[in-house]
Amino acid sequence: MATMIETPGVTVTQNEGAGGTGERSRNLILNMGPQHPSTHGVLRMVLELDGEVIVRATPDIGYLHTGIEKSAESKYYQQVVTLTDRIDYLAPLCNNLAYVLAVEKLLQLEIPRRAQWTRVMLAELTRLNSHLVWLGTHALDIGAMTVFLYCFREREELLKIFEMASGQRMMTSYFRVGGLALEPPLGLLERIENFISYFPDKIDEYEALLTKNSIWVGRTKDIGYISPADAVAWGVTGPCLRAVGLPLDLRKDSPYSSYNEFQFEVPTRTEGDVYARYLVRIAEMRESVKIVRQALEGMPEGAWKADAPGVTLPDRDQMKFSIESLIYHFKIVTEGFNVPAGQVYHAIEGPRGQMGYYITSDGGPKPYRCHMRSASFANLQALPKMIEGRLLADVVAIIGSIDIVLGDVDR
Amino acid sequence: MSTVAFFVLSLVKCLIVLFILLTAVAYIQLAERKIVGRMQSRVGPTRVGPFGLLQPAADAVKFILKEDVTPDGAHKFLYILAPILAVVLALLSITVIPIGGTVTVFGIQTALQLTDINVGLLLILGVTSLGVYGVVLAGWSSNSKYSLLGALRGGSQMISYELALGLALIGPIMLAGTLSLRGIVEAQAHLHWFIVPEIVAFFIYLTAAFAETNRIPFDLPEAEGELGAGYHTEYSAMKFAMFFLAEYVNMITVSCVATLVFLGGWMGPLFGPTWLHMVLPTVYFIVKVCFFLFLYIWVRGTLPRFRYDQLMAFGWKVLVPLALANVMVTSLVVALR
Amino acid sequence: MNAETLAAHPALQRLVESVTTDRNEVTAAALRQNWRAVAEAMRQEGFDQLCDLTCVDWFPAEDRFQIVAQLHNTQTHAWLRIQTRCSAEAPAETLSTVWPAANWFEREVFDLFGVRFAGHPNLTRMLLPDAWEGHPLRKDYPVEGYR
Repeated sequence: MATMIETPGVTVTQNEGAGGTGERSRNLILNMGPQHPSTHGVLRMVLELDGEVIVRATPDIGYLHTGIEKSAESKYYQQVVTLTDRIDYLAPLCNNLAYVLAVEKLLQLEIPRRAQWTRVMLAELTRLNSHLVWLGTHALDIGAMTVFLYCFREREELLKIFEMASGQRMMTSYFRVGGLALEPPLGLLERIENFISYFPDKIDEYEALLTKNSIWVGRTKDIGYISPADAVAWGVTGPCLRAVGLPLDLRKDSPYSSYNEFQFEVPTRTEGDVYARYLVRIAEMRESVKIVRQALEGMPEGAWKADAPGVTLPDRDQMKFSIESLIYHFKIVTEGFNVPAGQVYHAIEGPRGQMGYYITSDGGPKPYRCHMRSASFANLQALPKMIEGRLLADVVAIIGSIDIVLGDVDR
Repeated sequence: MSTVAFFVLSLVKCLIVLFILLTAVAYIQLAERKIVGRMQSRVGPTRVGPFGLLQPAADAVKFILKEDVTPDGAHKFLYILAPILAVVLALLSITVIPIGGTVTVFGIQTALQLTDINVGLLLILGVTSLGVYGVVLAGWSSNSKYSLLGALRGGSQMISYELALGLALIGPIMLAGTLSLRGIVEAQAHLHWFIVPEIVAFFIYLTAAFAETNRIPFDLPEAEGELGAGYHTEYSAMKFAMFFLAEYVNMITVSCVATLVFLGGWMGPLFGPTWLHMVLPTVYFIVKVCFFLFLYIWVRGTLPRFRYDQLMAFGWKVLVPLALANVMVTSLVVALR
Repeated sequence: MNAETLAAHPALQRLVESVTTDRNEVTAAALRQNWRAVAEAMRQEGFDQLCDLTCVDWFPAEDRFQIVAQLHNTQTHAWLRIQTRCSAEAPAETLSTVWPAANWFEREVFDLFGVRFAGHPNLTRMLLPDAWEGHPLRKDYPVEGYR
């Protein structure tokens, strides 16, 4: 062929070389996502590449924005619970918990211990569920396909447990303002007990495939480092923060829902790299198992929802004999319940980090403003700091390690 | 043998080999899905035919019927040439591979091989080296950055590991004193399988072969986690199927070479009646090749993927020096013998 | 640091309009011009983590936007909320120079409320497309959108 062929489809940017040396560099702009197998949903990264080295990374979000905060303003307080499931769809019960705790704080409601313990137990199972999806997809990104399917095998049982409790596998909406949606069904505790009894062996199985695998260690060690000072300043929370050596965990620091009654460790590492985050999450899974086991052993008897007639729905059988119950039911369902004016911020330790709800009430039955502070959003903000200067192949490892859920980022 | 008879015989053998090879590719792929499925606590394909045995046929029909997309701005000629190149080169290297001794069918005595040239191994190495053109041209011509990056990786990876692969084969060649694959196998009949004296070369060859065929843990050119599907991201339908075919044929080729050079080819204990003496070598050969293919699948179910720079470092800093050292030691031994 | 000692803190006393404790949460309300000074004083005080920054629209009140930030002290685990009022015409200063984390939170507020932050390095739409009309979380924006 006589003619020169231009390299097709390659955008070349001309800019000054790093350090202002006046050197001309030719960098490649690579659009990663929103349709990409390893951006965990619809994250779009605009990467400026010099060879395979990332010069600049710019996350572009919003592809999954559904306006949940706006919708929440037009719904009654009890209806918003169903919206919270859909934010971080891998940890619906943790979302539920953060939301109902915020509303209960506004209402100054006392929750019976049995409900609190059940909440803790299910929130920890949700953490396991979320960490399993994280481990599976993270390993898949790095090429270990088998771990992915092993994790989903165990997750299946967890989803069945959630279905048993709430009737739904993912969009559970099981925690309601004032307690639980339904009394925990018979046999639930036995089923959880059974799961907990074999699950630690499964963690060993995942670790056997990864922890000492030299390819895995090579792909994750010393990659995606962030310093403790940066991590705090950029609002990084959760396992990513604990992987830089800061033992910050809201379950210990600002205990909620009777977490102070449970004995557990807060695993930390000091390396601050992808491998450290992996080890922290693996250790967290074992701690969660411990918490669930304690909850099973010491599960209190008693009511599963607060005695707050205007807020919690009355029992079904009561409604057949008591006119007051029927009226309360009708009123709550049709016109909600009024919440005293004020503003609260309640944060819990979700699987990804601090999951906070800021709610402003104007005294009416609908939240005047409901803002969700999601861990993924803040953690993602620190992503360019971890990526820049690394190789393209590290991008997927680092994105996997901060464990974002795009529903959580975009809301 | 007259010229006409030679041509007819060659043509018949070509068709038989092509048929067997394509069927083998289809079923290796099914076996891979089944075995990996079992390893990952799944069942694999079960719906098409008994135990999913007709799945490859369904796949083939799908590949033929799918829309064939050529991206905007692709370099048409090279875009079409690349998969053809890949598949032709992959098929070419199988021609010199003997799958057994000589047999007599309908009174015609013939070697179980398309052609026995005295530099068979060299031809295979040469042809597989050319295979990189398919990858590079595909990535370059399809007007996509992911493809381009995949092709860049593929190009450098295949060239680097080619070296280790070739060096690993030098040891056995020196021991056998021939480049003919048939000669190498027959040399092992007198001595012992070359895996015994050349165990280091065997493992170097095995590792390099994984890289050469772009399989996990060296599947960087098509690392789906990062690059979509790498150099064949933009390909669809039959063109994609051709890359697919080429990958599996290459897998078979390197497994065959490993069997011939290190595991004594079709050598094995012979017993029973005369017809069994004819069949058994081929059976041994196929069993040994299947062992390698199973290894491929097994590794895929176990390991994560290397990173690009780690892969290059491993190739140049570990495999090549090791292979060179092995060549030196072997030549010393051969010289002293 | 409990709520009372925090409320009596001299820097807060000097810079803010009011400090209230409600439902065991301390809220310091600052004037717009003191907004950054309060943030910096609190950063000095050990509130090193900005957990959240958002906005509440009190349409049709004057200075309709209430900017709210949740601060957390990672050493003592104390919590503090600081807030200020501003309007679309008279923006508050950015906190992204105090806590880098404020960068995205402020962009989100800009995107959804149309509130500007003076001195913000990159105030562009983030969740909505660049060509989106209006700011959905304003109270005068219908829930179902403009049809």
